[in-house]
Amino acid sequence: MLNLRLYMLQRISALLMAPLVLGHLAVMIYAIQGGLSAAEILGRTQGSALWFMFYGTFVIAAAIHGAIGLRAIAHEWGGLNGVLLDGFMWFTGLGLFAFGGRAVWAVTFA
Amino acid sequence: MKTARNIISRAHPLWNAYILHRLSGLGLALFLPVHFWVLAMAVTAPAQLDGFLHLTETPVVKLAEVGLVFLLAVHMFGGLRLMALEWLPWSPSQKTMAALATALSFFVAALFFLKAI
Amino acid sequence: MAADLLDIKIQRGPDKYETFQVPSHASQTVLDVVSWVQQNADPTLSYRFACRVGMCGSCAMMVNGVPRWTCRTHISKVSKGNAVTIGPLRNLPVIKDLVVDMDPFFDKWIAAEGVHHGSRTRDDPIAPVDTSTPARVTANAGIECINCAVCFAACDTVTGSADYLGPAALQRAWTLLNDTKDTAAATILDAVSDRNGCHNCHAMGSCTAYCPNELDPMSAIAGLKRETAKSLLRRRR
Repeated sequence: MLNLRLYMLQRISALLMAPLVLGHLAVMIYAIQGGLSAAEILGRTQGSALWFMFYGTFVIAAAIHGAIGLRAIAHEWGGLNGVLLDGFMWFTGLGLFAFGGRAVWAVTFA
Repeated sequence: MKTARNIISRAHPLWNAYILHRLSGLGLALFLPVHFWVLAMAVTAPAQLDGFLHLTETPVVKLAEVGLVFLLAVHMFGGLRLMALEWLPWSPSQKTMAALATALSFFVAALFFLKAI
Repeated sequence: MAADLLDIKIQRGPDKYETFQVPSHASQTVLDVVSWVQQNADPTLSYRFACRVGMCGSCAMMVNGVPRWTCRTHISKVSKGNAVTIGPLRNLPVIKDLVVDMDPFFDKWIAAEGVHHGSRTRDDPIAPVDTSTPARVTANAGIECINCAVCFAACDTVTGSADYLGPAALQRAWTLLNDTKDTAAATILDAVSDRNGCHNCHAMGSCTAYCPNELDPMSAIAGLKRETAKSLLRRRR
């Protein structure tokens, strides 16, 4: 149930995320040295427009990519169709965006 | 059970790559809301967040983290493989060489990175 | 030499299997075995075949869970011990026993615009075809398809998404797109871009892995994905 438009959105969000994932993996390996703490994470991200851009872009791309991916699974394995399938995609996409946006805001400018 | 046996009878390398990509993607999508919720604690409940981050020192959570990192890495490389397969009209042997070169360079870079920090 | 006996389990309904003891011979095909059962054990067994030499594409069945052309599959290559399970092709409605309704399969060829869109009449000279151009080489790669529906039965995306056009129809669309005699490139690209089209393919590659003629529908579908993406970018400009 993917048309050309959804396919392109899925691939473009994936291409956008490839370097972000590499960055995220690198930060993770770096950050867990000596344990994780809220102060350490916030010290890195708070007030940083650069991290806001990095994670903000990441969240938008991941919300699009995740929603379209889950749509394919919901259709092929869950048998969802039509309006229900579209509703499910929008619900997961907007949900991921809202949750992720809230998290990015929390560690940067809140 | 019968369905599982039926499916496995048709498993082959590309099919395995497909199922790995699908299951890792599903796992990541299910993990993301939890991940976001915990991070948002930085505002809603800072003390709780530190308590949660201390949990990451326990072996069980460490193991789960390794699993998540694996899901992320395998989904990314699986996705790059898929896009190369779809968009680059190369011969299969060229694609194998490209995949090997990518994996090798990633391995070297990761090794350097781990030594450097 | 007394022939060994094969245990042939034939599916005759959603959950109905019957086992037949069939004498084993050298160079025996799966189709030979099914024919033996029909001629010697149970004349009511329904199955379909015509040419018996791998050209007509009518005898495909599931053999031990894998779709195969039964007329050119040796029983010795697929039997486990002496046992083989034979069922009707997957992903198509069963009419009776081993016979499936091929209509959905061929309807999708039409839906994918897998039909010739010519521009010449019988009064025009035959169109010259240069066999050395890259487009013709690409088209040639797919023309040996015998419409056996093995790829269609192998594809799990068809199983999950019943309206998906499937590998055979999309490969035909790709072949025609690369054929200089076909004049409806835009129509084909539109047909394979809708919600049941080529973008549902997850490149699991079962079509290519099981095609008895060793064609490569997965790469053909990748070609359609490439061309539709390019045409989208072109239209934007």
